[in-house]
Amino acid sequence: MTNAIVAEGLVKRFGDTTALAGVDLAVRTGSVLGLLGPNGAGKTTAVRVLATLTRPDRGHATVGGYDVVRQAHQVRRLIGLTGQYASVDETLTGTENLILIGRLLGQTRRDSRARAAELLGRFRLDDAADKPAGKYSGGMRRRLDLAASLVGRPRLLYLDEPTTGLDPRSRNDMWDIIRDLVADGVTVLLTTQYLDEADVLADEIVVIDHGKVIATGTSVELKARTGAQALTVRPQLDTDRDAVAALVAMVASGAVDVRGSLITAPVTDPGALAHLVRRLDESGLAVAELALRSPSLDEVFLTLTGHVALEDVPA
Amino acid sequence: MTAVAVAPEARVGPVQGLRNTATLAWRTLVQIKHNPFELIDFSIQPLMFVVLFTYVFGGAISGSTSEYLKFGLPGIIVQNLLFATMNTGVALNTDLTKGVFDRLRSLPIARWSPLAGRIVADVVKQAWAITLLIGVGMILGFRVGTGPLSVLAVFGLLLTFAMAATWISVLVGMLVSAPEKVQIFGFVLIFPITFASNAFAPTDTMPGWLQAWVKVNPVTVLADAVRGLLSGGAVAGPVAQSLLWAAILLAIFAPLSVWAFKRRV
Repeated sequence: MTNAIVAEGLVKRFGDTTALAGVDLAVRTGSVLGLLGPNGAGKTTAVRVLATLTRPDRGHATVGGYDVVRQAHQVRRLIGLTGQYASVDETLTGTENLILIGRLLGQTRRDSRARAAELLGRFRLDDAADKPAGKYSGGMRRRLDLAASLVGRPRLLYLDEPTTGLDPRSRNDMWDIIRDLVADGVTVLLTTQYLDEADVLADEIVVIDHGKVIATGTSVELKARTGAQALTVRPQLDTDRDAVAALVAMVASGAVDVRGSLITAPVTDPGALAHLVRRLDESGLAVAELALRSPSLDEVFLTLTGHVALEDVPA
Repeated sequence: MTAVAVAPEARVGPVQGLRNTATLAWRTLVQIKHNPFELIDFSIQPLMFVVLFTYVFGGAISGSTSEYLKFGLPGIIVQNLLFATMNTGVALNTDLTKGVFDRLRSLPIARWSPLAGRIVADVVKQAWAITLLIGVGMILGFRVGTGPLSVLAVFGLLLTFAMAATWISVLVGMLVSAPEKVQIFGFVLIFPITFASNAFAPTDTMPGWLQAWVKVNPVTVLADAVRGLLSGGAVAGPVAQSLLWAAILLAIFAPLSVWAFKRRV
């Protein structure tokens, strides 16, 4: 099993801001690595370094065995980049955008035209082939972006927040396309702030926060890593909410989260559920819903980063 | 989809670089196909200048409109040339802010080709604008008093100067945060430089302190060179001074632009 991408100790500063504070990564050939983190965590900077667009201040990285700084040109021959920042020309039509990339990659006029038609058909853009990209909808635009990064049949694909800002239907479309690419053997580095996206698409997830990797593993491993299950309680009466939340806090292993009438908290103690039921009974508080389940990636993320809104915790 | 195993070469050869440049120049010029009015669009202002200056000031400055065209048309051509160089900076800045540049930079192409492709395309547009202005001038009564070779020399000189002056625009395009700021900068810089010259009115009608600057102003020497080449008169001096100015601009702004380019990307 070989790694298509290896990064060690990547550091990048912009003035006083540290975008990357020593990031290590490894992406197995043919797999999908999800780089997960909130806005400003350093995901995009990491992708830009691995795509040869930004030089790291320290550390090094290889892509397909080539060094991203010293052998940048070779790296560029292997990769395709789609992202918030790598974009198509809005004044050119869909076809022209793809022909432009094809010609730059050394394809003949005829081959680049054929490849453009093939990709536009595959991404259901044939009807818009001769319209300027500036007139495309958000979803069409992303599909064209992705098509542009596939013109040269790259073995490695960087997808920087491919579905940010898309409606649910376009998002599902995008997920299907990415799954097809992975089935064809393409190695994918995906950045996302959506946990469900990483959960659905990624074989392995790297959680990044403030420019540092804070956890690595499969979605199952990450859920287990936090060692907590999620306890959710919905009181029958809204007026009981604070009282119930206070009882939950007594058995919880972490911060209690209250949203609307739903109270959620991580628990590690196996007896927590029974304990809570007894307390609720003693206090005469009725609940409409009471459940213990594996944590969502959302909760895992909150546990790992500690980004919990404190004002949600009842006094 | 099949993964194509390539034996990557270490770098881009000059021939491939030129091919990349041609492709990227095509990218800029093919836009005209979708929006043919762009060709008229960027010529509207100079065309208005030609018509208005000729009929409003022509009589007062030169005694007749056809006499003024000999003097004023070269001035307006030079002014338009300088304004048009700002298009390069605007377009580069748009590519930077919209992310097109990042996509290009992630491709295995010559590092210099996006810049070179843009400049080549803008030179083609400049040649069109010069043709249009001379054509309209002839409709209004302008006549070339020399020969076809001199007209070719006019194109050669103007485009050479444009390529040198474009580096100012490239530098501004690399430094500012939004494309509109390039235009504002261009207007603030070029407007006074072109008016404080003999582009529109003869130098000897101006106060002495202004004349000192006007005589060395690159707009003056370039306009004089074009006048000489199109209507006869002194050629060697103004052409040499124009080329000297072009060399100075190139020597200052090309290295600064490359520095700003490397810093920005």
